[in-house]
Amino acid sequence: MPKAVFPNRLLPYLLLSPQIAVTLVFFYWPAVQALWQSMLREDPFGLKTTFVGLQNFSNVLADPAWLNAAWTTVVFSVSTSVLSMGTALLLATAAEKVLTGKAFYRTLLIWPYAVAPAVAGLLWLFMFNPAMGTFAYMLRDAGLAWDPLLDGDQAMGLVVVAAAWKQISYNFLFFVAALQSIPRSLLEAAAIDGARSGKRFRTIVFPLIAPTSFFLLVVNTVYAFFDTFGIIDAVTAGGPARATETLVYKVYTDGFVNLDLGSSAAQSVILMAIVIALTAVQFRYVERRVHYG
Amino acid sequence: MAAIELQDVRKVYAGNVEAVKGVSLSIPDGAFAVLVGPSGCGKSTLLRMVAGLEAITSGTVSIGGRVVNDLEPAERDIAMVFQNYALYPHMTVRRNLEYGLRNRRTPAEEIARRVDEAARILDIAGLLDRRPGQLSGGQRQRVAMGRAIVREPAAFLFDEPLSNLDAKLRVAMRAEIRRLQRRLRTTSLYVTHDQLEAMTLADVLVVLNAGRIEQSGTPMELYERPASLFVATFIGSPAMNVIPHGAAVAAGLVPQGAPEATLGIRPEHMRLVEGLAASGDEAVVDLEVSGVEVVGAESYVTGRLGSSAVEISVRVPGHSRLEPGTPMRAAGGRAAFLRFDPQSGARISAVSGA
Repeated sequence: MPKAVFPNRLLPYLLLSPQIAVTLVFFYWPAVQALWQSMLREDPFGLKTTFVGLQNFSNVLADPAWLNAAWTTVVFSVSTSVLSMGTALLLATAAEKVLTGKAFYRTLLIWPYAVAPAVAGLLWLFMFNPAMGTFAYMLRDAGLAWDPLLDGDQAMGLVVVAAAWKQISYNFLFFVAALQSIPRSLLEAAAIDGARSGKRFRTIVFPLIAPTSFFLLVVNTVYAFFDTFGIIDAVTAGGPARATETLVYKVYTDGFVNLDLGSSAAQSVILMAIVIALTAVQFRYVERRVHYG
Repeated sequence: MAAIELQDVRKVYAGNVEAVKGVSLSIPDGAFAVLVGPSGCGKSTLLRMVAGLEAITSGTVSIGGRVVNDLEPAERDIAMVFQNYALYPHMTVRRNLEYGLRNRRTPAEEIARRVDEAARILDIAGLLDRRPGQLSGGQRQRVAMGRAIVREPAAFLFDEPLSNLDAKLRVAMRAEIRRLQRRLRTTSLYVTHDQLEAMTLADVLVVLNAGRIEQSGTPMELYERPASLFVATFIGSPAMNVIPHGAAVAAGLVPQGAPEATLGIRPEHMRLVEGLAASGDEAVVDLEVSGVEVVGAESYVTGRLGSSAVEISVRVPGHSRLEPGTPMRAAGGRAAFLRFDPQSGARISAVSGA
């Protein structure tokens, strides 16, 4: 890596300072606040604050509602990741085979990424709204008792599809890039070596895009954990009967709706620990990944 | 083992671009055929059509008497060595060699036997547990060849396999490929743009130009009796000297009013002469030295012919110390001059001793 040398010793720090300021104000300060808050208990009117140590954490971890949300999160994250990555990989391999209008298809497939989560949620909410959604009519005509407002599994299905749909574009981009980085001659050599297209995909393509797939798995899990708040809030608001209440959604309801700030802070600290653990796993893995060439 | 037959093979790409314009070629069983030509002449396309990686627009390709036009690459009983080796980076060398055999459900003992034998022949036994990323260019090249030979195919196809190696290794691998092919006697089709590689490897040398075969034959046939100006200048290094009709008349090489023809003569068929020491059956030209290339045991002196832009190289033994700008006189046996049709480029003169 070439070293850049600045003539002025102060200049590099000056150039970095806006980014550092933003990071400090919007990331570190809230994080520290959350850590501190998680060890306090406030009365409902915000008049008295007591230091309770790790009491909030033990309360949260023993709370059946929290455990339920944790399990919901696992189900939601795994389903969303699998659905969005599977669909994206399918589309990426298909897009590789398109001969004319490749760029056009790619642009269309990348578009949904630009849609804000809440808007994406609303879109799906309208399409599948039991009272007026076009797809709800179609599903009922097909003989399915479609009612995500009462049926928890259907509600979960709906948020998973909405959340996955938004993430497909991102995964698609990475998969397309990964597929393109596989030299054509490798697949030709495999074809001459007697591997048909299914076998080629299993034994050559898939192992070679494994680092990308793993990276996407982590990104998608983190996305499902944290960035799907808007979709869940717009589509189901955590209902029915907490069937779609994920951890991050519970942080919001406990803190901002129920105003139990101590518990909410403790929950977000736990979430922070989870994301740090996930990132650590990713970095370990990425560093050890197979090197090609 | 099998002969490869190409009959009027054509390749037309979308937009009516004709890459291969009717190639007929027959490579006898066990022969080493080399396709050579400038980039874009269709040689790689032709090879890929034989391999089954490119559809054949018309004509037939048969390997061992079997028309393979509609067969998958895997069903053609061929093995191919790619320019970038195309080794599977996530597999060990052993796995790379085994891959094609496993796909064909070869019994395990048979796989082990063939892999060990290939490893021994190519001297890569010590590398079997490594991955391609841990190998040098030359080692990867060997593994790529190993992957071809374990298959024991009817034919080997080589797509510029040496062009990623450095000059020294290229010469060594060239000799090795030749030795290996002699030993295995497997019909081979080899594509290269390097005429020296082509000359040294080929039993059958095929010169392609703009999608057509210019000439095919043994390397020395093509060297001594080129069918066209294109072959004459493409084969041989440094290239044959070409003297257009006008310049030849002006230099007194051909009499006024002689039928129009482009002259060609190889640098080694010319020599520097002092005064009028040339013998009667030699033609003499006066040149002005424009450059000297010393290659070691010999030098190539290039001189400008009269006032024309035509340059002529002359091979001189040893180290020539001629300075640019000095006049010199070169002589070449009249029989050594080849005459080509200025329009079509086809050779018109007979070759003495042919």
